[in-house]
Amino acid sequence: MTTTALRATAVIAEDEPLLAANLEAELARLWPALRTVANVRHGASAVEHALRLRPDVVFLDIRMPGMTGLEAAQALTEDWPGDAPLPLIVFVTAYDQYALQAFERAAVDYVLKPVQPERLMQTCARVQAALRLRAERMTPSAPSSEASPRLDSALDRTLDQLRQLLAAPGIAPPAAPLLSVIQASVGAAIHMVPVADVLYFEAADKYVRVITLEREYLIRTSLRELLPQLDAQRFWQVHRGTVVRADAIATAVRDDTGKVALTLRGNKDKLVASRLYAHLFKAM
Amino acid sequence: MLVKAATSTPTTAPAPALVAPSQMAHAFAVRGLRSLVFGVVIAVCLTLAFGFPFYPTLVQSVCTAACCWASIDSGRLLAARWVHRHATSSTPDSQKRWPGWPWMVPILIVGSIIGFSVGGALADWVGGTATRGYLRGSWRQGVSLLVLSLIPGVVITYWFYSRETIAAKEAAVQTAQRQAAEHQLKLLESQLEPHMLFNTLANLRVLIGLDPPRAQAMLDQLISFLRATLAASRAGQHPLAAEFARLGDYLALMQVRMGDRLQTRLDLPPELAGVPVPPLLLQPLVENCIKHGLEPKVAGGRIEVSARLEAGPSAVGRQLVLRVRDSGGGLAGTASGGTHFGMAQVRDRLAALYGGSASLTLVDLDPAGDTGADPTALGAGGTLATIRLPWATAT
Repeated sequence: MTTTALRATAVIAEDEPLLAANLEAELARLWPALRTVANVRHGASAVEHALRLRPDVVFLDIRMPGMTGLEAAQALTEDWPGDAPLPLIVFVTAYDQYALQAFERAAVDYVLKPVQPERLMQTCARVQAALRLRAERMTPSAPSSEASPRLDSALDRTLDQLRQLLAAPGIAPPAAPLLSVIQASVGAAIHMVPVADVLYFEAADKYVRVITLEREYLIRTSLRELLPQLDAQRFWQVHRGTVVRADAIATAVRDDTGKVALTLRGNKDKLVASRLYAHLFKAM
Repeated sequence: MLVKAATSTPTTAPAPALVAPSQMAHAFAVRGLRSLVFGVVIAVCLTLAFGFPFYPTLVQSVCTAACCWASIDSGRLLAARWVHRHATSSTPDSQKRWPGWPWMVPILIVGSIIGFSVGGALADWVGGTATRGYLRGSWRQGVSLLVLSLIPGVVITYWFYSRETIAAKEAAVQTAQRQAAEHQLKLLESQLEPHMLFNTLANLRVLIGLDPPRAQAMLDQLISFLRATLAASRAGQHPLAAEFARLGDYLALMQVRMGDRLQTRLDLPPELAGVPVPPLLLQPLVENCIKHGLEPKVAGGRIEVSARLEAGPSAVGRQLVLRVRDSGGGLAGTASGGTHFGMAQVRDRLAALYGGSASLTLVDLDPAGDTGADPTALGAGGTLATIRLPWATAT
């Protein structure tokens, strides 16, 4: 079997229509057996299509409207079902000095725009090698008891890479002055809610739910904007949509899929820490 | 005998906010050593000119110079500290160490008297000679000696003072030039943003294979945009029609990239086409619309740029009003994203060119869509940037 005959499926997410069409055409030329099953214009659509179509590889542009490529990758790893291998992720970016350094450190594959066919060929070869390795490990001849830990180790590697990327300078948002009070409007009144009283924040579309022991508020901001203004030592992000005050967490229990169920002090809500943040919960 | 005047170390750095105590001590010691050298020079001169005995003259001269320096310099530093006790960190150090002439005159007189008396006594003790200090001769003799020795003291103090002032001024000019150059560079970097440039080139590369005539048109627009961007750093003005044409180039480039996510309208009445305006004044505002307003929106949106001649407040007269409006996400989502460099840059240019008679305002449009009497009716939401230029200056 020649390299280019390896059958695989891809999802492409790129907001610029000409570049999206071109990437698909170049891939078709360099790797005829790769079938692009969806070519979409923004991150949320990429996540939706990838979850539904379960491709082998996802090409994600970094700067996209709504959800960036990195956020899409994060959402994919968090929402990906446990019974299928996570797609290989290749980032596409025009120019971003810091991002490139981060990609190199995290050993994530990336493609630079304008796309050079030689460089794209290398990426294809790398993806093919990874897919072949995965196929070998999942063949029925291999002892089934070993298949699943190996699958897990591939997933762990992806999670590690993503963790490194999300924390990298130039990608992680720069720390802003810390908030001490959340100003939440309730009817005509503005409630001044001390940040120290907040149990957790939860993203809800364009709003953020602010949950305290007494009650719940809705503020018109995004978690993405709020996060840099919170003390990262006290408030832990445990999911792309959840930030919890660490000392409000009572227990953390890891399940089979690697997710961690959290219970809180003084509140009956159950929160879930995704696999991306499960490493935060280890016994001392 | 001469008085070693108060000096402070010539500062090369213009205004480091704070001087470390060790640095201060070092400068103080250097000035002390210089005054000793000065004393030696005086002794040599006196010996050669008047045939004074060298050794006693040297002892006398060095001791007096050292004591004069010590009393005058410490007097100056103490006075300066007192005078500038409320100084902010922005005050230049050279200023902070200079109390002003009203303080310096009494310091010079008292310092000289102390220096001569103590220096003379010290010289007597060291060299075993008897001198005619102020305290030992007649008061007439003492006063004339004091006045005589004050003259070179004042001259030298003045010389060091003006040397330092000139150095500080030169440093200030250099800082201003460096800041201007840095600003220029930052402006250029913001306009030739690599992300924009490489994405445009990526589109161009695709178009060359797909649609060569369109690729050529796009390349022409890129060339005009680059030429205008590089030329805009120079001073001068160009007609409003040229300003709109450059905006048209930029928006056309963005349209290739964003496809139907970007709609544009440029509205320039023919009678305003020739009005001179600073080149690429509107460019940062349009870039902000794209970057903060439309690019983050999945559905994209619309940008409208218009020019109007309007009656301003009665005191001001007519105004040239330039509006840049987008239907993007408004200001709410952009607070943390931007550095406000674009807005600050436009404001700086307006202030430099028109003083207080031009203005820039940026408003968040009501998401409820209450556009009222606004001429550029777009629909709900977005931002509106308005530049008002005085008509007399604009023509």
